[in-house]
Amino acid sequence: MPGPTIDLSIYADEAALLAALRRHDPDACTCLVKRFAPLVYARALRLTGDPDEAESVLQSTFIKVCDALPSFDGASSLGTWIYRIATNEGLMLLRRRKPQVALDDVADNLQPEEVPHQFHAWSPDPQRVALDSELRAQIEQAIAALPEQLRVVVVLRDVEGLSTEETATQLGISPGAVKVRLHRGRLRLREALAGYLAARSEGHP
Amino acid sequence: MSHAGHTHDLERCRELVAQLNDYLDGELPADLCAELEQHLADCPDCRVVLDTLGQTVRILHHLDEAPPPLPPDLEARILASLR
Repeated sequence: MPGPTIDLSIYADEAALLAALRRHDPDACTCLVKRFAPLVYARALRLTGDPDEAESVLQSTFIKVCDALPSFDGASSLGTWIYRIATNEGLMLLRRRKPQVALDDVADNLQPEEVPHQFHAWSPDPQRVALDSELRAQIEQAIAALPEQLRVVVVLRDVEGLSTEETATQLGISPGAVKVRLHRGRLRLREALAGYLAARSEGHP
Repeated sequence: MSHAGHTHDLERCRELVAQLNDYLDGELPADLCAELEQHLADCPDCRVVLDTLGQTVRILHHLDEAPPPLPPDLEARILASLR
């Protein structure tokens, strides 16, 4: 059953939304979910690689958000605050999982398969960053295929924008290990995209 | 590696691959930057790797700009759980 239809602009800004949430305005909770849940879910899905686990992260995030709203001090934006809670919930879920250790995954050295093999230039395309849906699907698939230890670092650093130090603290590893894993992950993603983007630029000169 | 027609040392390329990330992130010391740039000037393959690695990172940076909408049944479940 689809959720209720609601105009996302009924609250002029985050402050108005926050005030409405605090006075338990019935539309406010729906508005909060509609505005922030898509990215919370997308990130949880990327981090866990599992729709059921992502839903569980989404749910626990919004329950925590609603519980903590009275003490939210507005030091950061509402979005920043919610996404930080979501990242913590996602990482907590990963830590609760049984560790899936593969020798290749834990080696904090460049692996032979990560040495570049593709040397075709990609067509220069400043609009590429606007991400057509096909490219988005390709990169999401490539991220999902990364070993978890590389995937988590790439997602936290390059997608969610945490610093090397913040990522190291979140994961309980050294900043040096973050850098090596980031490099390995980026090289694998470049290789995965190269097949797609080089072929595409040849087909569409 | 499948370098074709270049005379330089492939081992050197492999060594420098390890530095590309720090270079992209602006964290490579100046003397190593100079060495790397000198190599890049002579090595088209390493230039492609650097350029496409940079594009990969830029794509990642923009990945969260337009998340897909929640599946409607999922949105309904979340809203129900918060009531």
